[in-house]
Amino acid sequence: MGKSENELTWKEIEVGGIVTEPGNASQYKTGDWRSQKPTYDFNKCIKCGMCQIFCPEGCINQNEEGYFVADLFYCKGCGICAHECPTFVITMKEEE
Amino acid sequence: MSKRVGIEVSIALADVVGMANTDVVAAYPITPQTHIVEHLAELVADGELDAEYIPVESEHSAMSACMGSAAAGARTFTATAGQGLELMHECLYVASAMRLPIVMAVANRALSAPISVWGDHSDVMACRDTGWIQIFTENGQEVVDIALCAFRIAEDNNVLLPTMVHLDGFHLSHVIEPIMMPEQSQVDAFLPPNKYPFFLDPARPQAMGDFAPPAIYTETKWAQEVNLQKSKETILKAWKEFAEIFGREYKPVESYRCDDAKILLLTMGSYSETAMTAIDAMREKAECENVGLLRLRLWRPFPTDELRKAIENADVLIILDRALSFGSAGGPVGMEIKSALYDVSKKPKIVNFVGGLGGRDITVGNFEELIKKGIDIAENGSENEFEIYGVRE
Repeated sequence: MGKSENELTWKEIEVGGIVTEPGNASQYKTGDWRSQKPTYDFNKCIKCGMCQIFCPEGCINQNEEGYFVADLFYCKGCGICAHECPTFVITMKEEE
Repeated sequence: MSKRVGIEVSIALADVVGMANTDVVAAYPITPQTHIVEHLAELVADGELDAEYIPVESEHSAMSACMGSAAAGARTFTATAGQGLELMHECLYVASAMRLPIVMAVANRALSAPISVWGDHSDVMACRDTGWIQIFTENGQEVVDIALCAFRIAEDNNVLLPTMVHLDGFHLSHVIEPIMMPEQSQVDAFLPPNKYPFFLDPARPQAMGDFAPPAIYTETKWAQEVNLQKSKETILKAWKEFAEIFGREYKPVESYRCDDAKILLLTMGSYSETAMTAIDAMREKAECENVGLLRLRLWRPFPTDELRKAIENADVLIILDRALSFGSAGGPVGMEIKSALYDVSKKPKIVNFVGGLGGRDITVGNFEELIKKGIDIAENGSENEFEIYGVRE
């Protein structure tokens, strides 16, 4: 993994800003765009995975216990998962 | 040996683009650029030039196609003028920031409205800050020579920048001139094959034209600026090597009868030829024996050092702009030069004229009058920041 965008100097930028390292968008933290974050009441969860299917960021993964959880490094807090969840597991709460 | 032929400048330019073994031409016809791309289309259709000719639906598409072509590593040429250049505008910034070595001839044309197909430099000046290398030409020979140099400069791996060759619409594009057309062997000796190092290749995945958040945008822009400024070294080297092969030498700022000159006129493009005749006439009549002419050839990167050196001994510098910068303190060239000379302790009095708009001729007699008026303003002052030349009151 190369240097982050906060560390690169102008001399280290690839010619023309070309990105030569495939898949390095995964280094880009979009989580700090978030104003609300998803919170979970897993007692209601039926593990249907609807939230994962609808997540536009593709940042929801199934954990070891089978529950679906957003990766907050990427989650932008759009709330679509909370809106689509058929058993109302997810509540969006203001970021502190 | 190269041969002197009588030929329309647009046709000669297209021929030399063909001799450069251009791979891709993507262009949309617009007066007064039309003959350039028409002739290239002919060369391709007749099988004389093994290139892909992409007849696009607009100039925006022309430049977009050129960017794809250059990114694939193909030698890429296009041409446009006036409104066409403006329709390309946003793509021009992308081409330079992505460091794509495209060569574009611009048959300089006035901007609408009112519609004018004739020449001036308003189209160039609107694209001044696009990050392209920009070179002016003043006769047919220079168009041919500078076009060849443009490929060499743009594709040099120390540069990798798109390059505009400016020729005045009609006054240059449509005239027939005696031009020394190069031999193919000379072109091949001067112009190596394009070796664009970042060509698109599935074996080496890369992404071009990505986005940059605030944390990195400044770094990308500064890298671009340093690169454009540094490109002057390569431009000078290319012109030196061009002179060794072809015997014609080009400089960022050209001077004519300046050795003993105290009063300098500065022009760009084809009007410089008329200005030279005016300088000769004034010296012969002993009316004003100390006049000389500076011709600004390299517009971007701006040749600050060369300009400062060129005005060292001058008392008066009269600048002719062929574009207005609406609502500002002068013509674009005048303001640029005033800025470049601000920190120079011994500098000439600068008088800035705007004239020759929309193809209006400035004759030898007009130039003599303009110089005399400039001298008068230098001595007695004027209430204007700049003067409009030839407007009917």
